[in-house]
Amino acid sequence: MFASFFYLLRSRGMDVSLNEWMTLMEAMEKGLHHSTLTGFYHLCRAIVVKNETEFDRFDQVFLEFFRDVPYQGELPEELLEWLNHPSEDLARTIEELRAQGFPEESLDELLRLLEERLKEQTEEHNGGNYWVGTQGRSPWGNSGWHPNGIRIGGESRHRTAMMVAGERKYRDFRKDNRLDTRQFQMAFRMLRQMSIQNDSNVQELDVDNTIRDTCDNAGTLQVRYRNPRKNAVKVLLLMDSGGSMSYYSGLCSMLFQAATKSNHFKELHTYYFHNCIHDNLYETPSLRYTEKVSTEWVLRQYDSSYKVIIVGDAAMNPYELKDKYYNWESGTYTRSGLDWFEIFRKQYPYLIWLNPEPMPTVENYWTQTHWQLGHMFKMYDLSAEGLAQGMKRLMAKR
Amino acid sequence: MKAFTGTSQYVASSELMTAVNIAVTLQKPLLIKGEPGTGKTMLAQAVSDALGKQLIIWNVKSTTKAQDGLYVYDVVQRLYDSQFGNEGVDNIAKYIKLGKLGEAFRSEEQVVLLIDEIDKADLEFPNDLLWELDQMEFYIPETRETVRAKQRPIVIITSNAEKELPDAFLRRCVFHYIEFPNQEQMEQIVRVHFGELDKKLVQQALTAFYWVRELRGLEKKPSTSELVDWLRALVAGGVDPDCIKRDIPFAGVLLKKDKDLRTLAQNKR
Repeated sequence: MFASFFYLLRSRGMDVSLNEWMTLMEAMEKGLHHSTLTGFYHLCRAIVVKNETEFDRFDQVFLEFFRDVPYQGELPEELLEWLNHPSEDLARTIEELRAQGFPEESLDELLRLLEERLKEQTEEHNGGNYWVGTQGRSPWGNSGWHPNGIRIGGESRHRTAMMVAGERKYRDFRKDNRLDTRQFQMAFRMLRQMSIQNDSNVQELDVDNTIRDTCDNAGTLQVRYRNPRKNAVKVLLLMDSGGSMSYYSGLCSMLFQAATKSNHFKELHTYYFHNCIHDNLYETPSLRYTEKVSTEWVLRQYDSSYKVIIVGDAAMNPYELKDKYYNWESGTYTRSGLDWFEIFRKQYPYLIWLNPEPMPTVENYWTQTHWQLGHMFKMYDLSAEGLAQGMKRLMAKR
Repeated sequence: MKAFTGTSQYVASSELMTAVNIAVTLQKPLLIKGEPGTGKTMLAQAVSDALGKQLIIWNVKSTTKAQDGLYVYDVVQRLYDSQFGNEGVDNIAKYIKLGKLGEAFRSEEQVVLLIDEIDKADLEFPNDLLWELDQMEFYIPETRETVRAKQRPIVIITSNAEKELPDAFLRRCVFHYIEFPNQEQMEQIVRVHFGELDKKLVQQALTAFYWVRELRGLEKKPSTSELVDWLRALVAGGVDPDCIKRDIPFAGVLLKKDKDLRTLAQNKR
């Protein structure tokens, strides 16, 4: 009966499986929601949400779904019963409100205030950083499903089922916030491919098989060796440096630290470029002339088994990307940035682009290079979540 | 079925109680996360006390393998015994030692099984337990025997979120995040630990405690256990309640890092 809620959760990016939904149905059959919406909220959250970083998203979806349930004649009586049954008396709710800093308002005003806030919330939450919360805590813990929420139950005309003012108190846990190196490191750890190192000279004692074979051999010692298993992932990190990327230098250095601290890679090589990849790459972020290496050499040196991560905001002057590059040393025109990117894309089946700027929604003069590269490469946000998605991508061949 | 409502030693929020009861009724593992010091591990003890069931604790370490929880076949001991011609060497069952999970399955009565700090172990650890936790049974090939739970244990799993747990594992759990208690809950907790303390002292100390927690730039926020220690220090030191908020005496009990103590000193003025 809540199938639409299920699909809403999924469409809002919550990873809910059918199994979990069946569990929820089973739980409701057993009456674990105690026939209240509050109970349903807790039940649903415990079964469907598996990470505190998702609580906030869940709250929003729940709000979106239940705030204004329209009466369509097909809602089961049970649900209507919950929705219209004021589980706490209104007088006490008002008392709470009064205690929390609206001493003068009448009920109408209070409701109007709430409604205004709710309107503001839907508008603001698209923008995404401000949500009007209701003040204070409810010491009883059962009024509203947030102990900190205000809820006013029961409306006429079967129309407005509930009004909820959520506090979004789990907002800080959200995964798409930019967070510390640790979270980057955790994401990098996903990049593992354990394999037996057949080319390795170092062998280790295989205790289990030694014992087993010794037993089979009636107690005469049979020593067995094996090749150790190690991570076989090799990473090539290309970072944009300077210019518009200065804003993100803190973030990029965090990423770099996380990558270098993740010492489980078999190889990690880092090179820098400015705005766009041209004939040369640099070994340090200061892009000194003396520390340059030719891009051709890099391409020869690192074969297609490397996993490539490009970090940059893809913002540049369009000519940097499209025009042929004039090489001052040789005095000739060589490949354009776009040509180079195309070569990288062809050579490396495992390649992602991490961008500190979100993908633009429209293409215009200022965003055209970002737009173009965003469609050329797999581009992810430079946040913990974006990085995790990117790592998943890097593990599987296109 | 008895419902869990907390114990005299353990103050549980209504949300936590709901989560426990959901997990018990649905017979699914309950996954508990939360800040350090919010009583994740204590919860299992409280549940076992409240429901009157035996508690089995499986402490997970970085070297723990899923197999350790099921059973260990002590080949070395058997080899050793065979060389001295001890009796019963041909009886393999003698050398099968059940792990904590096996113990919980074998138990005649329903038990509470705590898998503590599951995130400490290797990334594959939770996945290796999927079938066992789902079906509550496992097979011992050496003796061709299946160990099946006589009574499905109540499984409580704690995690400090050091590692992401795999999706397939999460799907089988009921999840609850223990929030840091607010001031009223904290008063209750303090009462459980100390009985009746000077009201004023507790009030002042708690206000100061929450003020410290809210300080910007703190590396490690003090938790419940630090508060309890601090209160003990305050009582032992006979500190005048009026100056707690102003001076924050024994701040070293609350904050463990030099940098945090400096932050505190800067903010006190």
